[in-house]
Amino acid sequence: MSGEVPDTPVAQVAARLLSNEPVGAYRHLVLDAAAVAAPARPGQFVAVAVGGDDTAHLLRRCFSIHRVDPAAGTVELVVADAGAGTHWLVGLRPGAAVDVVGPLGTPFPLPDEPTGCVLVGGGYGSAPLGWLAEQLRAAGSHVELVLGAATADRLFGVEAGRRTADAVSVTTDDGSAGTKGWVSDVLPEVIGRSSATTLYACGPMAMLRSVTDVAAAHRAVAHVAVEEAMACGIGICMTCVMPVVQDDGQTKMVRSCLEGPVFRGDAVRWEAFADGRCAVPADAVGAPVAAGGGGH
Amino acid sequence: MADLSTDLAGAVLPNPLMTASGCAANGRELHRFLDVAGLGAFVTKSVMRGPRSGRGTPRMAETPSGMLNSIGLQGPGIDAFVEDDLPWLASVGARALVSIAGSDAEEFAEVARRLRDSEAFSAVVGVEVNISCPNVANRGLVFACQPDSSAAVLTLVREQLPGVPLFAKLSPDVTDLVLIAEACLAAGADGLTMVNTLLGMAIDLDRMRPHLGGVTGGLSGPAIRPVAVRAIWQVHGAMLTGRLRPAPIIGVGGVHSGRDALELVAAGASAVQVGTATFHDPTSPARVLRELETLLDERGLDLAGAVGLAHERTA
Repeated sequence: MSGEVPDTPVAQVAARLLSNEPVGAYRHLVLDAAAVAAPARPGQFVAVAVGGDDTAHLLRRCFSIHRVDPAAGTVELVVADAGAGTHWLVGLRPGAAVDVVGPLGTPFPLPDEPTGCVLVGGGYGSAPLGWLAEQLRAAGSHVELVLGAATADRLFGVEAGRRTADAVSVTTDDGSAGTKGWVSDVLPEVIGRSSATTLYACGPMAMLRSVTDVAAAHRAVAHVAVEEAMACGIGICMTCVMPVVQDDGQTKMVRSCLEGPVFRGDAVRWEAFADGRCAVPADAVGAPVAAGGGGH
Repeated sequence: MADLSTDLAGAVLPNPLMTASGCAANGRELHRFLDVAGLGAFVTKSVMRGPRSGRGTPRMAETPSGMLNSIGLQGPGIDAFVEDDLPWLASVGARALVSIAGSDAEEFAEVARRLRDSEAFSAVVGVEVNISCPNVANRGLVFACQPDSSAAVLTLVREQLPGVPLFAKLSPDVTDLVLIAEACLAAGADGLTMVNTLLGMAIDLDRMRPHLGGVTGGLSGPAIRPVAVRAIWQVHGAMLTGRLRPAPIIGVGGVHSGRDALELVAAGASAVQVGTATFHDPTSPARVLRELETLLDERGLDLAGAVGLAHERTA
């Protein structure tokens, strides 16, 4: 909890919802939030209060930023109607006020020199990849997208990706679009033909783990944006922790809202995650010990 | 303008608003949204002897007007706290009410001693003794469930911190709260913080198993405010009738607005902590303070005059 608070701009704003349109199985929201838009970078997220002033839903919902337009002062989100909080949010009409805190978290690190990059997204986890692709290509990198989802309507960013990236590969679990299977099924071929050195991924934990494994097999580096449940998004609730190997080789349970959401894939202790849970590795700093261990 | 100052066993604070332990980390994170030096006191996350990883995840479940957590007292340990966090709080001019915890009375005492011996101790306006964290594997380790174990902790901490305002943080999950309060005050506590979270549980119906990695967790948020009001009412009432010696109470539990804070004050609290609401609105401790001041002004009351006022108006 010490010395890890980023020295980057963050704002809490009463943002006005400018538009709310369907996009596949999701909703595309545009918010007027200049103070959030100006400093934002791909990979960062916002924490949104849901339910209105007298809501029973106290916890913020965190969404990766789809893109921003600093000149227009807008922040765009892609939201899945997945529960009571997001249901309220996607039901808002243009003109409504939305309490937004951001930009939060670490952005995707951009390469120092142009290189081959593969961007991998699962479902609406693909939201920030188009924005990232634009920045990478503007800096001279070769960019390919690999977008996967359970079904065709749960893909996001395919058409926009075809305009932005050098190539787009699509997978669906049921074969309703692209290659039937998972992103990890087509990833080796994409990496091979593009000589990629850098992968960027966002989506479910299991997907991020497999992207990390494939990257390692091709001597590439994977930067992954994790999806952990967060209550606050700003580093005070300690709910979004996960085991990550630090520079000194020690594993710590770190807050994914502050030290993440973007981590080097090879620093994440993926073996700790199983079936919706994450255990504390026995060798993590301060891990519980069997007997008399301080009340764990 | 209402006089908002409050005297907590010799610690005179300019206003009664505090963060709640475990709901604001150790200051820097929240300082991006409000000036922590503007609060009556900043209450730190409970610090223990060594570094602690806390529990696995999920550590949180949203519940109606509340949340469950099973963090498990994650923290860097007292040495890192006094080397890094406390000096930072001192550097911005914050008054620190330091929350300490331990797995036995000796650990509490050792944490208290290392805190006392630290360079930035001058920033400490008091110590909150967390004898009531529910996120321990053995509920028998919740000291605040029994008078004798509560007293044992307070006695040893008091020995290490003579003259320092000590507040025992109590659990509402007991049969006789006044009995626990009495034991803490007799053993050296100057005041009481009420209440810690209530023990609760949620089931993941997709997987048909406990939702939290820690199985049970602490319930917080507006859902528990009536419990906090009741607890403060009972203990302050016992002081008014002479069953307990008079001592300041810091109220905590579900405060989301100035009205909520005033409710705790009217029940008997001399200061108010804002916890889970900070997750919803990072500026809420400062906002609640402004709202409380307005409400006192509207009623022509100073803070001290409002403390326990509802007891005088009971039918």
